[in-house]
Amino acid sequence: MHLLYPAVLAALLFCTGLYGVLARRNAILVLMSVELMLNAVNLNLVAFDVWLRDALHAGQALTLFTIAIAAAEIGIGLAIVLLVYRNRGTADVDRLRDLKESAAAPDPDHEQKAEAAA
Amino acid sequence: MTSALVTAAQPVTTHGFLSSSGVEIAFLLVGLVTLGAAVVTVTTRQLVHAALWLVVALGGLAVEYLLLTAEFIAWVQVLIYVGSVVVLLLFGLMLTKAPIGRSPDANVPNRLPALGVAAAAAAALVWVVADAFRTTWIDLDGAPQGTTKVSGEILFRHWVLPFEALSVLLLAALVGAVVLSRLRNQQEQQEQGQQEEEQS
Amino acid sequence: MTLTTTAVLVPLLPFLGAVAGLFGGRRAPGLVRPLAVLPTLASAVLAAVVAWRQGGGTGEHAVDAATRLTPTGSVPVDLALHLDGFAVLVAVLVGAVATCVQVYSTAYLRNDPRYPSYAALVSLFTAAMLLVVYSGDLMVLLVGWEVMGVCSYFLVGHYWETEAARAASLKAFLVTKLGDVPFLIGVFALAADAGTFRINGILTIAASGGLHHPTLVALLLLAGVAGKSAQFPLHTWLPDAMAGPTPVSALIHAATMVAAGVYLVARLLPVFAASTAALAVLAVMAAVTMVGSALAALAQDDIKRVLAYSTVGQLGYMTGALAVGDRGAAVFHLVSHGAFKALLFLAAGVIIHAAGTNSLAATARMNGLARRVPDAFWTMTVALLALAAVPPFSGFFSKEAVLGAAEHAAGGHTPGVPGAVGWTVLVAGLVTALLTAAYATRLWLLAFRGRGPEAADHGKEPVAMNAVLWVLFLPTAALGLATPYLADWFDGRSLTPGLTTSVLSTGCAVAGAAVTYAAWRRTGTLATRIPLGAVAADPGAAPAVSEAEAIASHVPAYGGIAAAPDPGDPGRLLLGPLHRHAVTGFHLDAVYAALAVRPVRAAARLARFLDREVVDAYVRGAGAAPRLLGTLVRRTQTGNVQTYLGALFAGSVVLAVAAVLVATGA
Repeated sequence: MHLLYPAVLAALLFCTGLYGVLARRNAILVLMSVELMLNAVNLNLVAFDVWLRDALHAGQALTLFTIAIAAAEIGIGLAIVLLVYRNRGTADVDRLRDLKESAAAPDPDHEQKAEAAA
Repeated sequence: MTSALVTAAQPVTTHGFLSSSGVEIAFLLVGLVTLGAAVVTVTTRQLVHAALWLVVALGGLAVEYLLLTAEFIAWVQVLIYVGSVVVLLLFGLMLTKAPIGRSPDANVPNRLPALGVAAAAAAALVWVVADAFRTTWIDLDGAPQGTTKVSGEILFRHWVLPFEALSVLLLAALVGAVVLSRLRNQQEQQEQGQQEEEQS
Repeated sequence: MTLTTTAVLVPLLPFLGAVAGLFGGRRAPGLVRPLAVLPTLASAVLAAVVAWRQGGGTGEHAVDAATRLTPTGSVPVDLALHLDGFAVLVAVLVGAVATCVQVYSTAYLRNDPRYPSYAALVSLFTAAMLLVVYSGDLMVLLVGWEVMGVCSYFLVGHYWETEAARAASLKAFLVTKLGDVPFLIGVFALAADAGTFRINGILTIAASGGLHHPTLVALLLLAGVAGKSAQFPLHTWLPDAMAGPTPVSALIHAATMVAAGVYLVARLLPVFAASTAALAVLAVMAAVTMVGSALAALAQDDIKRVLAYSTVGQLGYMTGALAVGDRGAAVFHLVSHGAFKALLFLAAGVIIHAAGTNSLAATARMNGLARRVPDAFWTMTVALLALAAVPPFSGFFSKEAVLGAAEHAAGGHTPGVPGAVGWTVLVAGLVTALLTAAYATRLWLLAFRGRGPEAADHGKEPVAMNAVLWVLFLPTAALGLATPYLADWFDGRSLTPGLTTSVLSTGCAVAGAAVTYAAWRRTGTLATRIPLGAVAADPGAAPAVSEAEAIASHVPAYGGIAAAPDPGDPGRLLLGPLHRHAVTGFHLDAVYAALAVRPVRAAARLARFLDREVVDAYVRGAGAAPRLLGTLVRRTQTGNVQTYLGALFAGSVVLAVAAVLVATGA
């Protein structure tokens, strides 16, 4: 089998997941997109493992680990999303803008006045 | 990079580019379905449908694993992803009171940057991969690479230490989830108390 | 106590009093007055003791003492005393006048909140003047000279609440400093020529013709002297300095500070005499100063400004005497003028308080001011007679000494002094004698012979003020008696009046007085018809309060600081078209404004423009660019995680593509 098939499929899946992460508002949908990206990586791992015929089957072992970690991640992630939802009343990612510069920050006019006074 | 990978793949000349064996055709078709399902997952406006299309995409990937002779992984994929992760996601949707039916604000208002980044990444990745593995074939004819027996042997012979570490990680995740939910309860109680105080 | 120790104590006591007053005045208010009066009084007594023990005379009779503090590497600087007849007599004058002023001030600035610092500054000023008088070393003399300048600045600006006082203090400081810069250069040039700062050494070398640039040095020194002694063209600060309290005017601007310049020339006369050009300049300066200031005095409305211009004129007499090479006459006139001018100023302070105004136009419309202040009336009358050089008062003798010396030089009998110099001084002196009598008469008539409503009663004058007037009255009236003995104290040249000059000058004085009286008779009737004047009445407050108010209200009430639109003024009739120019001091201030003030202002505006618009433009630009950058960066901080993630991935893609391209060598 041509190696390009799984490789290209993995790349496209990854980019689909990437699009989902960037375009989805609902945090759970973002998590789904993250799963897609993880799975694309898994497909790559398996395909290359099979191609290289690795004696230790590192690719497959790593895939198993990734799946387990993804399961843990989804558990924790959902717990966090639920917590956010309980606290904020929304699970939309683009409404969680606590990192934005708030209005309480020093406004430019005030700074200018301070400069003039100095 | 290209030449190195090419020399690494020994059986070069025995395959035509489109010497379509049954496996390849099956892989291609399932791959198309998987990709289609993934695209619908990230574009549909119905949230529950997105989760269900995710099942299709993950299931398709399981089939691809089977086609790549990674039997054990395929079953694990079905068990964990389709069986538990999607169920978890559905529960999440339910608990966050996600609307049933079409929700107009499922996506961000301006999707062009996301689309642009994704398309650029896709173009770059596909270009690099295609450039690198144009003439590389996987030999699927030998012994299966991922039977349960093989996987079990290597997992408990060579990878036992990481495996055990992983179990600790899972335990940590379990404890973390519990802690998060407990914190949630306390905070809720406090917030409710504050709201009552404010109201009174 | 040796003579030297006593002499050292003379400047030291007021200095210590000033230090104690400055640092302890606020903590111990009860000690301020004793601290102000007693050291000055003791210093005056000690100065008299020094004078008595030194016994007058110059040359080999002089007492010299010096101690070198530290080697300077080049021309040595000594703490030197030089006591001769001039020094000891001037010191007595300074001590006496300063004591009178301190006593007078205790009453005049009775409740002034700034009295402690005022008294301390007067003491410091006295100490500086005594240092100048006793010093035998030019550098040490310079220290006193500059300290006087600073004290003068502070004291003239005592009423700093008024605009006039602020402007006057700055003007006094700047104009005297303008003279001091060339003076300093002149001192250095002189020391470089002579190899010493000691006055004795300089004089020895000057006598032997060892100076290389006598004209240059003399002219440079002359600039400082003109600034300090208010000679043309640097005299403009003195009339404006009348915005200070009256005792300050009496002390600084009549008896001491302005005398410092004359005294210095007297000490260094051989240096000046070495250059005929310097003597000629000195004579012209004196003549212009005398005549111009007398004309200006005739036009002034402020009683103190009249006296200030009169001071300028009398200082002109002294420089005239120096120009004809007779320092004995100059210092004699300095001493007698110091006494009667201090008396005039202090009496003027009493009048200003009693009348509530410093304007002659206002007092000309008051009846019976003389009866309100009999002490001031009598003492001032005598002092004005002395000023007008009417025999037998002190001014007559000292002025005759000056005119006699000028006549001597005009006849070509003085070696080293051209006859033209003598004639210049003599003619200017006679003209000034006439004018002096005229303005003295005008002042007396307008102040004491006013016609109109009865002068308001502003309370009894304090005893301290009246007593001081009588103390100063003694030398004013009787110093002439000492004339025969003074010659021995000075250079030994006769100071007794000559017949020709006496008749001439007395005739001039009588003529001036008569003409003024006639003019007053004609204009006096006008004064009663046109009401004019503003009176500041503070019966309960210290006299200084009235004066500050009078100074502050002069411009709004009369339209100018110097003049009043009074048709009843005899000076207006006498001067005719000249009056307009005489009021402003012949527009010298306008010339200075055009020559110095405006260019400096323009330069300041230019510097301001360069600073604000050019230099700051770079600073603002340096600030604007990062601010713009910051605004842009801030706009990217949306808080949306997906935006960040998108940018992160986009950047990763770009980097990855770049890495691939580089790796494949494309």
